[in-house]
Amino acid sequence: MDLSYSPEYLAFRDEVRAFCAKHGPSAPKNGGGFNEEGKAWQRLLIEHGYAARTIPKEYGGYGAEPDVLKSRIIAEEFIAAGLPMGLSGQGISMLVPTLLEVGSEEQKQKYIRPTLHGDIIWCQGYSEPGAGSDLASLTTRATEDGDDFIVNGQKIWTSTAAQADMIFCLIRTEPDKPKHEGISYILFSMKTPGIEVRPLVTMTGRAEFNEVFFTDVRVPKSGVVAGRGLGWMVANATLKHERGMLGDPNQAGTRLKAIIELMQTEDVDGSRLMDNPALRDRLLKLQARVHAMEYHGLRLLTASIKGEDPGVARLIVKLMGCEINHQLAAFAIDALGELGMLYNGSPHLRNFGNWQSSYMFDLGLIIGGGTAQIQKNIISERGLGMPREPKLAKA
Amino acid sequence: MEFDLTADQKMMQESINRTLERVAPLERVRKAEGHADDVLKALAELGLPGILIPEEYGGLGLKLLDAALAGEALGRHVAPVPFVASSVMAPLAILNAGSEAQKAKYLPKLASGELIAGVAVSEQAAGARDKSGITAKGGKLSGTALFVLDFAGAGIYVVADRFGALHVVDANAKGIEKVALSTIDATRVIGQLNFDNVEAEPLANNPQAALDRMIDAGRVILAADTLGAGLRMIEKAVAYAAERKQFGRVIGSFQAVKHMCAEMIAELEPCRALMWYAAYAFDEFPEDGRRMAAHVKAHTSEVGTFVARTATEVHGGMGFTDLLGLHYWFKRIGFNRQALGGPEKARHDAAVAQGWVGN
Repeated sequence: MDLSYSPEYLAFRDEVRAFCAKHGPSAPKNGGGFNEEGKAWQRLLIEHGYAARTIPKEYGGYGAEPDVLKSRIIAEEFIAAGLPMGLSGQGISMLVPTLLEVGSEEQKQKYIRPTLHGDIIWCQGYSEPGAGSDLASLTTRATEDGDDFIVNGQKIWTSTAAQADMIFCLIRTEPDKPKHEGISYILFSMKTPGIEVRPLVTMTGRAEFNEVFFTDVRVPKSGVVAGRGLGWMVANATLKHERGMLGDPNQAGTRLKAIIELMQTEDVDGSRLMDNPALRDRLLKLQARVHAMEYHGLRLLTASIKGEDPGVARLIVKLMGCEINHQLAAFAIDALGELGMLYNGSPHLRNFGNWQSSYMFDLGLIIGGGTAQIQKNIISERGLGMPREPKLAKA
Repeated sequence: MEFDLTADQKMMQESINRTLERVAPLERVRKAEGHADDVLKALAELGLPGILIPEEYGGLGLKLLDAALAGEALGRHVAPVPFVASSVMAPLAILNAGSEAQKAKYLPKLASGELIAGVAVSEQAAGARDKSGITAKGGKLSGTALFVLDFAGAGIYVVADRFGALHVVDANAKGIEKVALSTIDATRVIGQLNFDNVEAEPLANNPQAALDRMIDAGRVILAADTLGAGLRMIEKAVAYAAERKQFGRVIGSFQAVKHMCAEMIAELEPCRALMWYAAYAFDEFPEDGRRMAAHVKAHTSEVGTFVARTATEVHGGMGFTDLLGLHYWFKRIGFNRQALGGPEKARHDAAVAQGWVGN
């Protein structure tokens, strides 16, 4: 155990701090996004190695050797300085690593740089109304027509589909093969005729997702990644990146900090919420859980630096991370009492209604990206070596 | 930056585990009535009683994290030996608050395992019950101390009085009445001390601070013990579920059972990192030691209780029997939860330690 940084990393931290101090004032104020200001910030970050850090230079990244500790230092310093981390989204966090792993040279050259620079926005076409946890049973299908596929079917839970230029999409191209072997991972333009995007309003009252309908959509075969029928393998490479993303312990730390402040500043009947022993006890329970996941994260970070497989310890992160975030939002609402039911810009609303919308949206995160129940299957089967559920005999 | 155990730490824990597998199987634990001299002797050969005692006094001179790893191994094997009081809390009290002469007098004997020290700080750690409490007057102690840890075979007791001052008392001093208390846990022995004007030596060097430190260390050790016991219960549940058949299949293939196991490990595994950090902070960031010790004690107790109950349920009716002996772990975890302050008390201490509320 040694929680100090070596001189090399201390020097790196100073460098990041200096950057934050110098460029902080010109950072996008609204947290950034896919607009000119956000894209300029992104380019500046890539130039200094604070975004797209380990993506090779030839594809538009910074080209540094992977170093999780340096990535952590960057994240810590940017959070401490309150600066946006640069662009995110499914293109950058999921498609780029996938292309680096299994894409063709042409695909890498064509897509990675503009994706990193925010010039191509992507959406992910995985889930379907009939294919959720059992994703491999998806039925959006393609028939061949010369150098093209003709795609028909429907996707759901597609975030950013309305803004997206491109989609990475799972499509059944080999209907005669077993279900896992008949799927291809295909990239194509969202501007192609025959694609209809319908906003999907969720319980939060907003449309964070969409439904996407494909009617005779003509898609070039050159968009297939890795090869026909290999889509399931490619998708699993991508999901690995998503699950890491959904269980981010930094978010819990930030949320906890906000709740501690709320407990110290809000009052009821003239007493601070912090002076209510029942609320305080719940806050303390959550603080311990957040710390446990924070140090658990450090343990995983160390394993990753050493190239060790932490086994079951890694598999629990999505389940626990989402759960704790949800519990934090639930507690904030309870701490606010009747104020906690306000929403939609009401008078007396606290924190723009974010505790309520987080509480609801987190439920979506618990379900999405592999439901909590699927996570428990993975933890028990892959982590604890328990047997799989026997398959039902075909009727 | 390295958040991991060293190779030496892993090896030490492994050797304690191997020794306990050999000398303290469940059949031995069952007969021990909470205290097994032969098991203690085998652990003394590894230096366990002196794990925190500096080498100049015959100990290993290690840190609280090392002691916590040992504690985890003891919990894993429900080892019927003194440890939390005799090898952690009492040595720390003497080291931090004792005179040079007191250190030379007690520490070598504690390190070798020939002397066992009980600790009577319950009133300060968890609050006085049944009018317990010790009063010091003219260097003599009177009153009642409850929930004295590592009670069996103790030659001395480290006792906190009502004002948090610390004293060492010879177990054979005149005016002591010793009453064993029966607990749910048959693997460790606690008791009650009734003092009537009993001769005591003060541990005079800033005893209040030493008292806080010994309670913090004790809490980390009890949390580590629960971690070890809980991990073992999960292993047993998973193994049982892989063997037991109902409806023509092993019960471990039912999602209802698998999810219970997944929930147990998902809750307990992060306690390991919390425990590592709390133990490490005790020595390296003592300003945060109190808060983290309270947190790890409370949180691991909550998770431990969940694991103890759930692992028992995975075993079905067998889990409920004496024959299987799973209850030794269940009760060990239950004891650890209450000792030195239950979760609510520990969380209150964590709130005070970070200035959220007055004492």
